[in-house]
Amino acid sequence: MFRRLSRWTVAVPLTLALAAGLSGCGGDDSGGASGAASGGSGKTLTVFAAASLTESFTELGRTFESAHPGTKVRFNFGSSATLAQQITQGAPADVFAAASPATMKTVTDASLATAPATFVRNRLEIAVPADNPAKVDDLRDLADSKVKVALCAEQVPCGAAAAKALDAAGLKVEPVTLEQDVKATLTKVELGEVDAALVYRTDVLAAGGKVKGIGFPEADKAINDYPIAALSKAPAADLARQFVQLVLSAQGKSVMAKAGFDVP
Amino acid sequence: MLTPRPGSSSGSAGSKGSAGRGRARRDSGPAGRVPWVLVVPALVALVFLVAPLAGLLVRAPWSTLATRLAEPQVLTALRLSLVTATLATVLCLLLGVPLAWVLARVDFPGRRLVRALVTVPLVLPPVVGGVALLLVLGRRGLVGQWLDSAFGITLPFTTTGVVLAEAFVAMPFLVISVEGALRAADLRFEEAAATLGASRWTVFHRVTLPLIAPGVVAGAVLCWARALGEFGATITFAGNFPGRTQTMPLAVYLALETEPEAAIVLSLVLLAVSILVLASLRDRWVTSP
Repeated sequence: MFRRLSRWTVAVPLTLALAAGLSGCGGDDSGGASGAASGGSGKTLTVFAAASLTESFTELGRTFESAHPGTKVRFNFGSSATLAQQITQGAPADVFAAASPATMKTVTDASLATAPATFVRNRLEIAVPADNPAKVDDLRDLADSKVKVALCAEQVPCGAAAAKALDAAGLKVEPVTLEQDVKATLTKVELGEVDAALVYRTDVLAAGGKVKGIGFPEADKAINDYPIAALSKAPAADLARQFVQLVLSAQGKSVMAKAGFDVP
Repeated sequence: MLTPRPGSSSGSAGSKGSAGRGRARRDSGPAGRVPWVLVVPALVALVFLVAPLAGLLVRAPWSTLATRLAEPQVLTALRLSLVTATLATVLCLLLGVPLAWVLARVDFPGRRLVRALVTVPLVLPPVVGGVALLLVLGRRGLVGQWLDSAFGITLPFTTTGVVLAEAFVAMPFLVISVEGALRAADLRFEEAAATLGASRWTVFHRVTLPLIAPGVVAGAVLCWARALGEFGATITFAGNFPGRTQTMPLAVYLALETEPEAAIVLSLVLLAVSILVLASLRDRWVTSP
């Protein structure tokens, strides 16, 4: 009896998980259908956005939903390069907000978006654990071989920016790891596995009290522009334009500034 | 070639299918007609598994393949992958075979619970596994802070860390296969050895182990393959640094950020090497007589 039961206890959740996974990837149909059932003229807006926009865009998404009753905003947060590839491979996205002009260029080069607008800029900070065990207080301390440093890999925007800033300071830093994205880099600081990391100011703010941010003048040499564009094949083209307008509006700017972005 | 007969309903095909299976079992010759209710899904499964591979081959930048392969980073990552996956497999064998033996041969309270716990790394997303490893073995982890203060050993961001992360994720594959082999093995050999005065240890390494050798090898092969492809736990626990902790899957992931073509080349190398190793092992060991 127990053996039979235990087989089911494995099989049933597995099947459910698979079904959930499938429906989650099923595109707009399911979301649109449930939106229609609950809100009448329900539509879904799908926004692909850089991971560093998670907090600010989630808030703007709620603002957008309350301004457009019945509309659901779905987000796909991730590495800008990955998102750009998903879009060029035909993912059904309405808006793309990237953490670097280079990743947006992948999408505009494929004629999937025109005239992206730079809506915010992000600057690097040194992130250290709250108790700052290695007593780091400026960029030069990262070059000390006793200080364990995590950087983003140069293939991702935060890594390219870090390399630029360290170059500008004429410093050679030997990191213990080159992380795949900025959130992974920050996690290593939060867990105290490294003494310092170069991440965006917005990520330091989002981490709350778990890490301390230290600004440094060379960050001015490595400012990251964030472009946003409504996609030309957007299934919900009107909503896409309106969402971009919201991000560029005074209200959008105040949300972005609160998250730690430089607003042009 | 097996062609399904058109127009036959699934019901009648099903009953014919079971009759065919019975016949096949008796004479095990080619006479048994294979039921199409099994063949069609089997073909779908095969296409489903092989099509992505074909996609990689089609999109591979064949003209620049040689120059891309000559890059030193590729070889470094490949060597690190092979070394760490092999070390992880050795570690899994040293610890996992005894665990499988205990699960299969020793009756103790809570055995079912322990068996379920062994499979946890199978269902845990590898990234979570990596975070869990950091929480235990990291510089501020439960065990790690003691390792650091007493011996000055820190495991994250080291090649040892890669081996540990791979072993954590791959060990259930070995334990499950070996335990299955142990349960299927004929107990009478072990009992005979015991009645002749052999100790349990002697029985284990002189009788049981040779008896289940194919199961152990099959488990080790699965374990090695899983370790070779390991990504999430490795990048979370051991980080990513060329030559030290950047294995092939990590190199593939980062290449994908900027150069999808380079990522395809790296994937092909990994695939070719693993198919080579697995095929040679399969022919020699895994195929049951």
